Amino acid sequence: MLDGLFQAWPGLEASAALLSLSPPGWGANLLRGAANSLIIALGAFGLGCAIGTAGALGKLGGGPVTRDLLAVYTTVVRAVPELILILLLYYAGTDLLNQALGALGYRPVEISGLAAGIGVLGVVQGAYATEVLRGAIQAVPRGQIEAARAYGMNAVQVFRRVTVPAMLPLALPGLSNLWLIATKDTALLAIVGFSELTLETRQAASSTRAYFTFFLAAGALYLIMTLVSARVFGWIEARYRRGHAGARA
Amino acid sequence: MRALLQPHRLVLIGLALALAVWAAVALRWDWIPRYAALGAEGLWRTTWLLVLSTGIGFALAVPLGLAQAAGPRVLALPARWFCTLIRGTPLLLQIWLIYYGLGSLFPQYPWIRHSDLWPILRQAWPYALLALSLSYAGYEGEVMRGAFRSVPHGQLEAARAYGFSRLAVFRRIWLPQALARVLPTLGGETVLQLKSTPLVATITVIEIYAVASRVRQDTFIIYEPLILLALVYLVFAGLIVLAFRRLERRFARGLG
Amino acid sequence: MRKIFVTASVLALVAGAALADPLRVGIAAEPYPPFAAPDSAGQWVGWEVDIIHAVCAAAAVDCEITPTAWDGIIPALVSGRIDVIMASMTITEDRLQTIDFSDPYYNTPVVVVAQKDMGMSATPEGLAGRVLGVQVSTIFQDYAQHYFEGQTEIRTYQTQDEANQDLASGRIDATLADSLAMDPFLASDAGGCCVSLGPVAMDEAILGRGIGAGVRKGDTATLEAINRGIAAILANGTYEEITSRYFATSIYGG
Repeated sequence: MLDGLFQAWPGLEASAALLSLSPPGWGANLLRGAANSLIIALGAFGLGCAIGTAGALGKLGGGPVTRDLLAVYTTVVRAVPELILILLLYYAGTDLLNQALGALGYRPVEISGLAAGIGVLGVVQGAYATEVLRGAIQAVPRGQIEAARAYGMNAVQVFRRVTVPAMLPLALPGLSNLWLIATKDTALLAIVGFSELTLETRQAASSTRAYFTFFLAAGALYLIMTLVSARVFGWIEARYRRGHAGARA
Repeated sequence: MRALLQPHRLVLIGLALALAVWAAVALRWDWIPRYAALGAEGLWRTTWLLVLSTGIGFALAVPLGLAQAAGPRVLALPARWFCTLIRGTPLLLQIWLIYYGLGSLFPQYPWIRHSDLWPILRQAWPYALLALSLSYAGYEGEVMRGAFRSVPHGQLEAARAYGFSRLAVFRRIWLPQALARVLPTLGGETVLQLKSTPLVATITVIEIYAVASRVRQDTFIIYEPLILLALVYLVFAGLIVLAFRRLERRFARGLG
Repeated sequence: MRKIFVTASVLALVAGAALADPLRVGIAAEPYPPFAAPDSAGQWVGWEVDIIHAVCAAAAVDCEITPTAWDGIIPALVSGRIDVIMASMTITEDRLQTIDFSDPYYNTPVVVVAQKDMGMSATPEGLAGRVLGVQVSTIFQDYAQHYFEGQTEIRTYQTQDEANQDLASGRIDATLADSLAMDPFLASDAGGCCVSLGPVAMDEAILGRGIGAGVRKGDTATLEAINRGIAAILANGTYEEITSRYFATSIYGG
């Protein structure tokens, strides 16, 4: 069947050979890059959610100074292009960290490209996550929280047992958007030379001159990641919306 | 203004000013006069790329959204695929695909070099504009779909009952209300588009980020150009937000 | 409690910080055949990669090849992310103000490669009104901006390969690059469009005096190790042996 297709469309066989999984095909390189992209996206998303939770709680319950500083953080990160933030944090972040460690008397640490990429993208995601989670927490009906307090639960228990389950369905659309942004922002790390899918694609395309083939293949891989993610998030959202009134689209 | 004068805010503002003054004297800014002209050119290019790509992108987004909200399946499905494709792949990949992918086709068709379009095709900005416009159209098509769906159907039915033609319903009731509802989102999306413009520096378009890169390469200064660049983008984003707030005040009054 | 937390989170950021640190040798993440390019298995191969291994073996140091984005490679060295740059970087006065260089380990002429039959030559007059492409952060960009800016439109690319790609598609009329790096392009199918116009007028201040390994200012231990390694492989024939695998003649340049 494939032979007929190859005969009908010359050049397809050559492209398929370029994409094959074993050398001299570049398919394995691309998949390795895609795996790297996913790992960075997962790490950045997780870090972003952690920063976002802290930020949302800070904005809602912190003192005026905390709220202002968080407002500065979210405004700056949401206004300055990710590329510039990545460059600044990549060089300045590791520089400052090593200087601080040096001042404290420790040896400078080597931060691997992976950790730096996750850190930088996580900080960027954290600003957006702060806004998403803040909106979701604010939308939890106050009556439920007051009832929980009346029952004698302390703040941590209220958060864990009442706030989080109630705000998750409200936060999920925004969080799924953030996840998609995280997977696509990993492409920006190609500009600082980190070997994820976009960089591997460019290297493969340069070495073989088959630009269309590799860029289309990379596009297909990203699209698969996006569509699968959307399906997974849809399933999670449906599960968490069980028993929620008025949550129809 | 009173919000700014609270004691803790004054302290924070004082600290920020102190930081700015320290930065002005302690860091290296001697490169600014030399590169000011190039910087102005870069800023101009960023501005018109942003304005044109959002304009063209939005013009494409309205039919895309309408097709998905109310069109027959033969129009709605391709529109949906286009939006999914654009939103599912990174912009950087789209830019490189359009610039280098199309470029790799040129040697196979030698007549392109002798055509009248060649002076435009050999420059980088048309491809940048195309990629940015398509990207904006993909994202806003999705937004417009929601906006068109959110206009209360009763209004459209009432207009039809009054004898408005379909075009009149669209022009006088559906589109204006959808636009008014979507203005806040559009403001945010335009800021996101501003943040996407630096990516075209990778295909040789000299916009403001490319100028900062050039300063960094020529002088080996690492941070100062990036800091100034971040400030420029902050101001630019602020202007966009203010402009959209004014538009919202004017057009989104009394929205039900 | 908090100290443990802080320490744990700092340690969590550290991946691969070994006590006996190998030397991190930075090469450009962008392919630069025949000096350094990734093959389809993801391994970096090329003349420069082989030389790096040989120099490190001769100097008895452990080396770890670290691909780094070319236009951030000097900041990466200065901030400690890498320890050495061996990425076909030319020794120039400008760069010497920020980093130190080892002894040169190769030197080749800088040529203009241009579209055939368009009457260009490797001079400012010969390129007037044309479009010239160069790679960013290179001596070629410096030379072009010094000698050709004003009469020639100069476009900068992240990699030489992208410039070659635009040369093949006709978007630019010429490019200024290292003659050895352009040979594989001219020999390829895409390179049939173009021909080498020969070297440009020499300017040692800009074009430098050969390719050397970059180290941080004051890092004399690494500098001496690299110089030892280079001298050793030149003396014992390893340099010639590696060169003969990739090039027809010696590229040391003297």
